Amino acid sequence: MSYTESHGAPKPPSMRTPLGRVRNLGAAHSGTSDFWRQRITGVAMTLLMIPVVVIVMMLLGRNQAGAAQILGSLPIAVILLLFIFASAWHMKIGMQVVIEDYVHNEKLKLTAIMLNNFFSIAVALASTYAILKLSSGV
Amino acid sequence: MLGRNKHQKPPMTARIERPLSPHIQTYRWTLTMALSIVHRATGIALYVGTLLLAWWLIAAASGPTAYAHVQAFTGSIIGRLIVFGYTWALMHHMLSGIRHFVWDLGYGFKANEREALTWGALIGGVVLTVLIWIIAYAIGGGR
Repeated sequence: MSYTESHGAPKPPSMRTPLGRVRNLGAAHSGTSDFWRQRITGVAMTLLMIPVVVIVMMLLGRNQAGAAQILGSLPIAVILLLFIFASAWHMKIGMQVVIEDYVHNEKLKLTAIMLNNFFSIAVALASTYAILKLSSGV
Repeated sequence: MLGRNKHQKPPMTARIERPLSPHIQTYRWTLTMALSIVHRATGIALYVGTLLLAWWLIAAASGPTAYAHVQAFTGSIIGRLIVFGYTWALMHHMLSGIRHFVWDLGYGFKANEREALTWGALIGGVVLTVLIWIIAYAIGGGR
C-alpha cells in the first residue's frame, strides 16, 4: 500500500475527506493516471487521424508489393507506430473501465483485466513488428 | 453481512423497504444518455476491430499470398460492411471523444450546448464516414 501522507514532517491540514484518505488512490491504486493517459492518447489519435486516413487511402487498390513499399517509408511507419501505440493504450484503458463497471465478481474481473492487457499488448506488438519488418525490408 | 449467525437473521417478511435508486428503465431517454452508450459500444467495436488492422499489417509484412487473403476479405460484401462499420465507429468515437474533451475543459454543459455537441458528433460521424468512402471509391479503392 502506498500511503504517502502518513510519514514525514507535519503537513498543513488536508482538504481531503477521511474516506478519501483511507481510499487513497482508489480501488485501482493508480489514482487518476489512467484517466489522464486516456486523454493523452485520445488527443494523440485525433491529431493523427487525418494522416492515418490518408495513408489508408494511399494503399487502396495496391498489391502487396506497392503496399509494402508505402508502409515501409519512414514518415508513414512513424505515424502508424504512434497511432498503434496510442490506440493500444487507449483501448486497454477503455476496456478496463467497461470491465470494472460490469464485472462484479472479483476473480472474474481480475482475469478479464489481465486478458485485456494481454490482448492490447499482443495487438500492439504484432502490428509494431509488422511495420518494423516492412521498414527494414526483410 | 459476513459472520452473522442465523438466529439474528431477520425473517424475509420483515425486510425493510428501502428506497431504491431508479434503474435505467425509469429515466426518460435523452440524447446524451443514448450517445454515451453508443460511445462505449463503438469503443468496444473498435477494440475488436484492431484485429483486422493487425491482420492487414501482418499480411503486408508477410507476402503477396497473405495480403491477397486480406484483400479478398475486405473486397467481399461482408468485408466491406465490416470496414464501413469500422470507419463509422472510428469517426463517431473520435467526434464523440472530442465532445468529451470540450466537457473536460469545462465548456458545453448548458442543455442546448450539450445537445448541439451530441448532434454534432452523431451527424458528423455519419458525414465523415460517407465522405471517406466516396473519396475511397473515387480514387479506385472499390476495385
